[in-house]
Amino acid sequence: MKSVAVIGASLAGLYAARALRAQGFDGRLVIVGDERHRPYDRPPLSKDFLTGASGQEQLALADAEEIAELDAEWLLGTRATGLDTAAGAVLLDGGRSLSADGVVLATGAAPRRLPGEVPTGTHTLRTLDDAQALRADLAGGARRVVVIGAGFIGAEVASSCAALGHEVTVVEAAPLPLVPQLGEEMARICATLHADHKVTLLTGTGVSRLHGAGADGRVTAVELSDGRLLGADVVVVGIGVRPHTAWLEGSGLPLDDGVVCDAGGVTPLPHVVAVGDVARAAGSRAEHWTSATEQAAVAVRNLLAGSTVATHRSLPYFWSDQYGVRIQFAGRRAPGDTPRLVEGSPDDRSFLACYERDGRTTAVLALNRPRPFMRLRRELARATRPATA
Amino acid sequence: MIPVCHLADLPVGESVRIDTAPPVAVFNADGQLYAIDDTCTHQDASLADGWLEGCLVECPLHAASFDLRTGAPTCLPARRAVRTHPVTVEDGMIYVHHLAEEGTAA
Repeated sequence: MKSVAVIGASLAGLYAARALRAQGFDGRLVIVGDERHRPYDRPPLSKDFLTGASGQEQLALADAEEIAELDAEWLLGTRATGLDTAAGAVLLDGGRSLSADGVVLATGAAPRRLPGEVPTGTHTLRTLDDAQALRADLAGGARRVVVIGAGFIGAEVASSCAALGHEVTVVEAAPLPLVPQLGEEMARICATLHADHKVTLLTGTGVSRLHGAGADGRVTAVELSDGRLLGADVVVVGIGVRPHTAWLEGSGLPLDDGVVCDAGGVTPLPHVVAVGDVARAAGSRAEHWTSATEQAAVAVRNLLAGSTVATHRSLPYFWSDQYGVRIQFAGRRAPGDTPRLVEGSPDDRSFLACYERDGRTTAVLALNRPRPFMRLRRELARATRPATA
Repeated sequence: MIPVCHLADLPVGESVRIDTAPPVAVFNADGQLYAIDDTCTHQDASLADGWLEGCLVECPLHAASFDLRTGAPTCLPARRAVRTHPVTVEDGMIYVHHLAEEGTAA
């Protein structure tokens, strides 16, 4: 293999590029990114970056020395528009094309948006540019902020806005947020964090539309599906993401809520692999930092081998920092698994709980208990590792 | 020189965080004491909460690993070293010689 194109200058894209070089690939390496920035870390965007506790330089995932070592051609601010599998070429905006023997798909996901036109002052939070725009909008003194969606991103944004002194309301369509991730009992505990910090959580109601006014059409209110009006100066929409696959339509690659690939990240074309949020590997898609980094080395190994010689099934792991509480979760929880409190107390917002099924631990959740969490996470990873890995 | 705790209160495999500025983590790795800056250089997490294995400590958040002897990261995602600090034991008490100023790390 003489040339590889990595599409997506993301966490997963960078880890794939690193893996290519680490595994001995010395050919032409091209990294295409639709953002103008070099790879950066997204988790701080809703936390320390939003509150101003850290800056852009702390987000960088690779320093100048490593960029030089990677010896890659960077096409930043460049969008991939198609994949011509017959010609072995990636089509780029502006009518250019890039031929490559191997392709790593790492285009991630894009936030879901509210339908229709939205007034000024309405934000989503995915990219560095998004975070900068939101930060600027929050800088003009205390505002009424409405966050739509109480998932992890919504909760982290609400927490950061509250820390900045804004008046925050979170609107969630489900009766209780985070139930799919944590189950009802533990989700209920996490939902209390909002009230601890005087953030209002409204559940069981959708949003029918946003109101704007003035010459700049700036947002003035959020109208809920039950007719209530919430006054708002800034609105943040955090209602999930969609994998960014639109550019691959017509390529012949199977797409189904992500790029369909096997447990090794390999698509039906052995010279095309997928990693990170965009990859639907062996039937499931993860939107987690750790899986994005772990998938890259395996997918690249298979790409260089020309077939699936390695597979990867990591233990799902994610964390969230909200209101000074670190929430960590690992494992595969199924509906009906029973959470058992192992140590600490929900009242203190510091505890460790194991989810159990038939006497077996399936997942572990911790609030502000990193050390025992880590021990259990390792045990769980060992216990669930497939024998063939 | 900052008192940490009695040696008897820090058994092998254990660690303790002291609230200096910046905070320092002290480890008993197989009987050898080490002190390093407590905060992972990748993202805000306490290394005293990390996983200790031999002379390496793994960050509890993203699994970056640091060598306690040098403070150097041994794997990604951390790229910068943490500072190390001398540790002594006198009359059964552990002391850290905290290097508060940036750039004074030996």
